[in-house]
Amino acid sequence: MDAANEAGQPKLDPASAEPGLAEAPEAHRPAPNAPQFTRDEDLHAYHEMLLIRRFEEKAGQLYGMGLIGGFCHLYIGQEAVVIGMQMASEDGDQVITGYRDHGHMLACGMDPNGVMAELTGRRGGYSRGKGGSMHMFSREKQFFGGHGIVGAQVSLGTGLGFADAYRKNGKVSLTYMGDGAANQGQVYESFNMAALWKLPVVYVIENNRYAMGTSVARASAQTDFSKRGLSFGIPGEQVDGMDVRTVREAAQRALAHARTGEGPYILEMQTYRYRGHSMSDPAKYRTKDEVSKMREEHDPIEMVRKRLIELHGVPEADLKATDAKVRETVNDSAEFATHDPEPDPSELWTDILLEARA
Amino acid sequence: MATDILMPALSPTMEEGKLAKWLKKEGDTVKSGDVLAEIETDKATMEVEAIDEGVLAKILIQEGTEGVAVNTPIAIIADEGEDVAAAAASGGKPKANGADSGGQAAPAPDMQAEGQAAKPAPSAKTGDDAPRAPAAPATITNKAPAPVMEEFPAGTEMVTMTVREALRDAMAEEMRRDEDVFVMGEEVAEYQGAYKVTQGLLQEFGARRVVDTPITEHGFAGIGVGAAYTGLRPIVEFMTFNFAMQAIDHIINSAAKTLYMSGGQLGCPIVFRGPNGAAARVGAQHSHDYAAWYSNVPGLKVIAPYTASDAKGLLKAAIRDPNPVIFLENEILYGQTFPVPKLDDFVLPIGKARIHRQGSDVTIVSFAIGMTYALKAAQALAEQGIEAEVIDLRTIRPMDTDTVVESVKKTGRCITVEEGFPQSGVGAEIVARLMVDAFDYLDAPVLRITGKDVPMPYAANLEKLALPNVAEVVEAAKSVCYK
Repeated sequence: MDAANEAGQPKLDPASAEPGLAEAPEAHRPAPNAPQFTRDEDLHAYHEMLLIRRFEEKAGQLYGMGLIGGFCHLYIGQEAVVIGMQMASEDGDQVITGYRDHGHMLACGMDPNGVMAELTGRRGGYSRGKGGSMHMFSREKQFFGGHGIVGAQVSLGTGLGFADAYRKNGKVSLTYMGDGAANQGQVYESFNMAALWKLPVVYVIENNRYAMGTSVARASAQTDFSKRGLSFGIPGEQVDGMDVRTVREAAQRALAHARTGEGPYILEMQTYRYRGHSMSDPAKYRTKDEVSKMREEHDPIEMVRKRLIELHGVPEADLKATDAKVRETVNDSAEFATHDPEPDPSELWTDILLEARA
Repeated sequence: MATDILMPALSPTMEEGKLAKWLKKEGDTVKSGDVLAEIETDKATMEVEAIDEGVLAKILIQEGTEGVAVNTPIAIIADEGEDVAAAAASGGKPKANGADSGGQAAPAPDMQAEGQAAKPAPSAKTGDDAPRAPAAPATITNKAPAPVMEEFPAGTEMVTMTVREALRDAMAEEMRRDEDVFVMGEEVAEYQGAYKVTQGLLQEFGARRVVDTPITEHGFAGIGVGAAYTGLRPIVEFMTFNFAMQAIDHIINSAAKTLYMSGGQLGCPIVFRGPNGAAARVGAQHSHDYAAWYSNVPGLKVIAPYTASDAKGLLKAAIRDPNPVIFLENEILYGQTFPVPKLDDFVLPIGKARIHRQGSDVTIVSFAIGMTYALKAAQALAEQGIEAEVIDLRTIRPMDTDTVVESVKKTGRCITVEEGFPQSGVGAEIVARLMVDAFDYLDAPVLRITGKDVPMPYAANLEKLALPNVAEVVEAAKSVCYK
């Protein structure tokens, strides 16, 4: 503990370790010199983030109705992270993440019908109903999951980068993890090898301040996640993950670094999830005020909406039309996902092994 | 007092080596730490250092001599002031092995198969200064198995090679054939393989395709699986499968389950290979047989070959297979030689057992090093008028139940042999299947010979007791024959 204090860490009493609003990270305040988006870029970001928001709200509803089973981890509040990253990435860059994955799939361009139908366990789901919320993939969209073992995706994502380097294809692996996963041992094994072999991997640590119910301060000796690669020589930065513009700008730097053979890069995205860890989490470990203050002052979608109206002069009616269109898409996906049949019983026995080539 | 310099063992499983070079000559004065000679095995080179000061009185084994058994006196050192000529004349005589004379035989299992001349077991180390019995030079050469199922054309030229060489050749051939195949693991490249299985691969294929990893099994197994998701075909070598315990999450959760969880979209064409099970005197943490563990998991294939020919043909098949394959090797088998068909592209089917020896009285089902007990027992049983049919499963998952059932229909009796633990073991699985598929054909309960239900002990005598032995197999076979 003394060493931590010397390093400038606040002395932490576990009982009062949840950072209050006064301690909200600097990055969560609107950056005065944030990079600007064009009108089209803001419109794009608005649509993409809104799709995730509405999709997740609908998923929450369906879960409440008993139509989605098991675990369901919603991405609401964190939308700017994955959308900003995707706005900087190239076709063919791979994406892999943990269990809070619906937003990443939509951001990769996966069909909302297929994602929602997987949540409801139907045959039209991306995994034919056999994967569920945490286990979806799309080879076509270069989305490699959807992994339910916390931290596993970090080694796997490093392997995607290994494959890019092996093939010399100029692609980059965007490997996402939460602040909780960032404490797993294999993360550091992977950092070491990625740095050693200069693999094209951008590690995106989505720090939403709670690993399930444990605040960052109660679980992490070093709460500045951008420094987690320092001993391997991996550059890192803390990014306001609530502002899609700062996310994209940081992503451009990180991706350029990785793509030009300089090796991995770490982006700590300071973000926030509005909902509990999963649908069954009442989130008693934080105050309602903390959540509502974040929603009111730092909502990633609201910030773009405000800019579109005030800065870009987009008529409010246009945004309402976008909202209506997104709602329609999401309602259609729910309609599809609740009417699509369950998998045929014969599917129990398929997809266990692939047939060997002749 | 003259001192014998003995042929040292470089590893717990080394039985013999080549005396490559003498760096001192007769009459030279030597002091502690001087390098006297270099010795080589098929997987390592090592210097022999002098332990005491004195004069190199006599060289007993000339340089260039191959097949020098561990513990053979190779030179005599005369103490300072001692009459060198007298010393030279006095030493170098084989000495009794304290352990053996005490009735505690060597720990390593007997290797000879199919009527080969008995090979003396490697000597047990019995104490710091205990004299050791020289083991006669012996090469374990196994005869070609009678190929009950024709897996290569009759008349195919056979070449003799070790299991180690067969595995290396399999990898090299597949790497030449497919640019997407690469090897990664600890010491696979510069060091040429901790057990020299990847010898020469770095030189042929370069560092891009033969990748030395840090000692981070969890991490590099995950990296291998991630690379396989994209269609590359990694061969991930674990220095031993004991260390794969650090990586088992990726083997099970990331490799085996993803095809199913992705609705068939994302395959994982990867081979996890390395030595499995007990070697010799390496204790509980380095001796675990994981065949039963991995065979429990849908989405994996599990191969555990015995012969060099099967090792080659099945490793090539495993590398080509679009699924995750666990390829369980055995350190003790690495140095054994077998005939291997000389074919440009010898690939065997995964999931097919081989009838290694035909017989009509009792079926013995085994795999990997278990086959050494099974075959020796079959030989002993034949001398007592019982003809055992010995089936080498070769693949544990998918298990070739049909071949076992067909044999049991003929013999009506069955025993299983494995080095792994009894509970929920491979033998237990065979018993369960026979209960269902061959119940009406059984004339006796199926018996299992397994490793004992204890962590592997270190002491030579206890280790021997913990492993199966030929007498147990013979006894079980006679028992089910009611003899």
